[in-house]
Amino acid sequence: MISAMFGRTGARLAVAAALSLYLGISGAHAEESKVTIDNFTFSPAELKVKVGDTVTWSNHDDIPHTVVSAGKFRSKAMDTDGTFSFTFTTAGEYKYFCSLHPHMTGTIKVE
Amino acid sequence: MSAHDHDNHGPIDPETGLSRRKVLECMTWTGTGILWTVSGGVPRSLGLVGSAMAAEPAGMTFLQISDSHVGFDKPANPNALGTLEEAINRIKIMPVKPSFMIHTGDISHLSKASEFDDAERIISQAKLDVHYVPGEHDFLDEEIKFYKDRYGKGTRGAGYYSFDADGVHFIGLVNVVDLKAGGLGNLGAEQLEWLEQDLKGRSKSTPIVVFAHIPLWTVYPEWGWGTEDGARALEYLKGFGSVTVLNGHIHQVMQKVEGNVTFHTARSTAFPQPAPGTAPSPGPMKVADDKLRTMLGTASINFKRGSERLAIIDTPLAG
Repeated sequence: MISAMFGRTGARLAVAAALSLYLGISGAHAEESKVTIDNFTFSPAELKVKVGDTVTWSNHDDIPHTVVSAGKFRSKAMDTDGTFSFTFTTAGEYKYFCSLHPHMTGTIKVE
Repeated sequence: MSAHDHDNHGPIDPETGLSRRKVLECMTWTGTGILWTVSGGVPRSLGLVGSAMAAEPAGMTFLQISDSHVGFDKPANPNALGTLEEAINRIKIMPVKPSFMIHTGDISHLSKASEFDDAERIISQAKLDVHYVPGEHDFLDEEIKFYKDRYGKGTRGAGYYSFDADGVHFIGLVNVVDLKAGGLGNLGAEQLEWLEQDLKGRSKSTPIVVFAHIPLWTVYPEWGWGTEDGARALEYLKGFGSVTVLNGHIHQVMQKVEGNVTFHTARSTAFPQPAPGTAPSPGPMKVADDKLRTMLGTASINFKRGSERLAIIDTPLAG
């Protein structure tokens, strides 16, 4: 049982190593950033990240929201406590909005 | 219970038949109590839409129901299906059966098949024809097909259409798709073109009822409560003697009369939302349990031949 558990962990480590090798070209320190949705507002509304970083949006409202950046990424409807993650592999400015409540807008700046 | 009598809006121009007061606003809010003091002639002790209707002489009556949000179970109303059922039960016992019902969208909360099925199971108990338009909550499934499969037959585009009943021309519009960042509700060029054609050649004396989910007029842009190209739709309706615009989406009663056009939004059967600007966001408003049913409800619309305006009566689930 214990060896089986070690086995699984080992496999997971191998995958993680391969992933970081793959992402390693642009820097081995890919970071996780968060954007929260409270009261129909993305916070922070503007976020700066590095190429390779992953941004996770989480919805704290009692109403579903989406995150859409035309031609770049599009989440499903996130219900309460739902999340959506996207890894930015190209530098640029990504403007996004909630396709259900389009007055909700935000920007991710990837450097 | 509140009644808006649209026959008493100032001097009438004998040539146009319109009120000389070009813009008359009578915004009404749920929960403020103002409505109840101006509600003439509808005895609240009798309670229901039906008592008002029974007092009316002949005329066609239809019902508006909106924002059922079946599947919603958050603190603002843990049982949205239950309050929908209460609304339908009240419709079932109306002494004068309405001709049909319109549903102005957000039937479901998350566009799940089970939510649409539950809504249908309850709403069908009213035994009335129901004409639907979608809300943004009805288009959340991956393939956006559950709404269209159920309610889209015989409609165009994302689900717009028109029909006639008792000499009134009804137009159901869709303003919840292809929304633009930073913008409001959206009808789109294709639908507007269809609307123009639909109205072309129609007698200007035909009473028109337009219904859509998001208000077609700008209620509060900061919360997205309006329709980007709604003014273009209203342009096509100019010249018609009687136009009534019925919407949902904002979960509260609000009314405006502008020239020949009466705008009106219905309550939700699921949960109330705050009056514009009175809360940090338009999210579901949690009220005391014993107050909830005073802020949910349906609307009954009565059309009498020869009268300028359609009489709209909003009825909460509880007084």
